[in-house]
Amino acid sequence: MKILFKIITIISALMFANIGYSADMKVGFIYIGPPGDHGWNYQHDVGRKAVDEAFGGKVETVYQENVPESADAERVMTQMALSGADMIFATSFGYMDPVLNVAKKFPKVKFEHATGYKTADNVSTYSARFYEGRSVIGHVAGKMTKSNTIGYVASFPIPEVVRGINSAYLAAKKANPNVEFKVIWIFTWYDPAKEADAAKTLISQGADVIMQHVDSSAIMTVAEEAGVYAFGQASDMSEFGPNAHLTAIINGWAPYYVQRVKQAMDGTWKGGVQTFDGIGAGMVIIGKMSDKIPDGVKKEAMAIADGIASGNMHSFTGPINKQDGSPWLKAGETADIGTLLGMNFYVEGIQGDIPK
Amino acid sequence: MDFSEINIPILIASLIVTSTPLILAALGELVAEKSGILNLGVEGMMIMGAVSGFIIGVETGSAFSGLIGSAVGGALLSSLFAFIVLVMKANQVASGLALTIFGLGIAALLGHPYTGIAPPKFQSFSVPFLEDIPGLGVMFFQHDFVVYFSLIAAIATWYFLKYSRKGLILRSIGENHDVAHSLGYKVIATRFISIIFGGALAGLGGGYLSLVRVPQWTEGMTAGAGWIALALVVFSGWHPFRLLLGAYIFGGITILQLNLQAIGININIALLSMAPYLATILALVIISTSRFQRNKGAPKCLGVSFVKVT
Repeated sequence: MKILFKIITIISALMFANIGYSADMKVGFIYIGPPGDHGWNYQHDVGRKAVDEAFGGKVETVYQENVPESADAERVMTQMALSGADMIFATSFGYMDPVLNVAKKFPKVKFEHATGYKTADNVSTYSARFYEGRSVIGHVAGKMTKSNTIGYVASFPIPEVVRGINSAYLAAKKANPNVEFKVIWIFTWYDPAKEADAAKTLISQGADVIMQHVDSSAIMTVAEEAGVYAFGQASDMSEFGPNAHLTAIINGWAPYYVQRVKQAMDGTWKGGVQTFDGIGAGMVIIGKMSDKIPDGVKKEAMAIADGIASGNMHSFTGPINKQDGSPWLKAGETADIGTLLGMNFYVEGIQGDIPK
Repeated sequence: MDFSEINIPILIASLIVTSTPLILAALGELVAEKSGILNLGVEGMMIMGAVSGFIIGVETGSAFSGLIGSAVGGALLSSLFAFIVLVMKANQVASGLALTIFGLGIAALLGHPYTGIAPPKFQSFSVPFLEDIPGLGVMFFQHDFVVYFSLIAAIATWYFLKYSRKGLILRSIGENHDVAHSLGYKVIATRFISIIFGGALAGLGGGYLSLVRVPQWTEGMTAGAGWIALALVVFSGWHPFRLLLGAYIFGGITILQLNLQAIGININIALLSMAPYLATILALVIISTSRFQRNKGAPKCLGVSFVKVT
C-alpha cells in the first residue's frame, strides 16, 4: 500500500511538472487520412506546421491521422480535450456532428470544423471556395481535351463536391461548347487503388483529361501512364506525373490556422463564425501551369483567376439552368451563398444523376 | 446512356487486374487458416509487401526483384506473428489486429522517402499467338505474369490441400492439433510454414498494388483490401476455386459499377458498392445453417492456440 501511494505521488508530481513546462496553448488536429497522402491531409499538416513555426515554443500542436468519420472521431477529440488541448481543428466534413457533441462537453475548448455548416458558441467553421479554382482548371480542361470528353472522379455526393463539378463544367463548356463530362462517384476520400480503377475506366471510355475530387495522387500516376492529362488536387502533384500534370488547385490553410490560433491566444477568437474564402484571400491557390498548356490558354486561365480574386467575376454567373432545364440564375445574376453551400443539383448539360 | 461506350474487353481485363491482389492475399490466408491459424494481420502484411516491394523495385530498378522483395517483406512481418502466436502462445485475434496496426505504421515510416517516385515499369507477359485474337487477346492474354501466377497458385493450392500427403497433414492439424500431435506430426513447424506462406502471398498482393496496379507508393494504399481478402476466405468456404470465383465477382462488381457510372446510367451506386459485402454476409449465414455445417470447410481448431501436453 505504501509503495502504491509512493508511485501515485511520483506520477502526480511528474504530471504537474509536465504542466509547469508545457506551452501556453495546445492545439489538436484530426485528419481523415495520412498526412503523407500528398493531397488534402498533407495541406492541413502544412498548416499545422505553420502554426508550430509562427508561435515558436508557445504553441504545441498534436495530430491524429486516419480518424474515421464516426464515433471514433468523437472518441479521439474527447481524448485530445482531456489531455489538455485548448483548440481542435477537425479537418473533414464528416466530423460535423462529432465536433458538436464533443464541443458541448467541453465548452472551454475552441473547435474549428472544416467544410461543415453547423456551428455553436465554441464551434466555428471554415471552408475554401474550391469551386473558384475549378473554374480556372475547368477552362484549361475544356481547351486541352481533344476527345471532348472530360472524366471526373468524385468522392461523396455532398454540396462541396457537386459545386466543384458544376463549376468545372460551366467553365469547360464555355471554353469548348462540345465538351462532355463523365462523372464516377467512388464513395471514399482516399483509396488509391479505387481511384486508379475509376481513372482507368474513364480513360477506357474516351476521356483524355481527368479531374478529381478525391485525395490521393494515384489518378495522376494513371494519367501519366496512359498519356492523358490530369490536375493536382489539394497539392501540386507534378512529381507523380510530370507530363500529365497541367496545374493544381492548392489548399492554403496556413494563413487561416495561424490567424485563428493567434486570436485564441489573445482572446479575440469567436465561435459561430463561418469563414468561406477563395482565391482572393489565398485559401485557394492555382499551382504552376505546365508547359503543355499553350500560352494563350494560360493567359485566359490566369485572367479568370484574377477576375475571381478581385471580385469582378463569379464562377456561377447567369444565365444558368438546372439539369432538368428549369431556370436557376437570370442573366448576370450570381449564385447566393446559401444555394452554393447546399448545392444538390447539376447544372444543365451534365449527364447522369447525383447519387442519393 | 450509351452502352456501346463500355469497352468490354478492357472491362474484363481490368476486373482481372483488380481481383489479382485479393486472390493472392486470400489464398495465403486460406492455407494459414486450414492449418488452424486465424491471422487478421492480412492488411498489415499486404501494406508491408507494398512498401518493401516498392523500395526494392526502385533501388534495383527491376520490377521483378521488387515483387520478390514484396513477398519477402510480407513473410518477414508474418514471422513476427508466427513467433508471437506459436511460441509465446498469444491470442491470435489480438495479435493479428496488432500486426495490421504495426504493419501500417512501419510501412508508412519505411515508405516516407519513397513517395512521389515512379517505380520501374513492369513488362506485360503476352501469350504468343493468343494475344492477337481480337477481344479475347486483350481480355486474357496480355496481362503481366502475376495474374497468371495467381491462377496457377490457386490450382496448386487446391491440389496441395486435396491430394498431397503434406496437405492432408496440414488439414489434420487444422482440424485437431492434439490428435495430429499425438500421431507425431509437427504442429508448430507446419503452422509456422503456413503463416510464412500466407505472409509471402499477402506481401505479393501488396507489391502488385504498389508496382503494377496503382503504381506508386502512398501511405495506407491498401485501404482495406486485406479485410476483403479475409472475407473472401470465408465466402469461399475455404476452397481455392470458390475463392477465385468470389474474387472475380468482387472485382467484376467493382469495375462494372464504375463503367455504368461513366456512361451516366441511373443506378443506386451505394447499394452496388455494398453488394460484395452483402454477399459475404449472406454466404456466412448460408454456410452456418445446419445443412451446410458438415462440409462448410471451417477448420475445427481455427484460432485455437496449441499447447503441448505431454
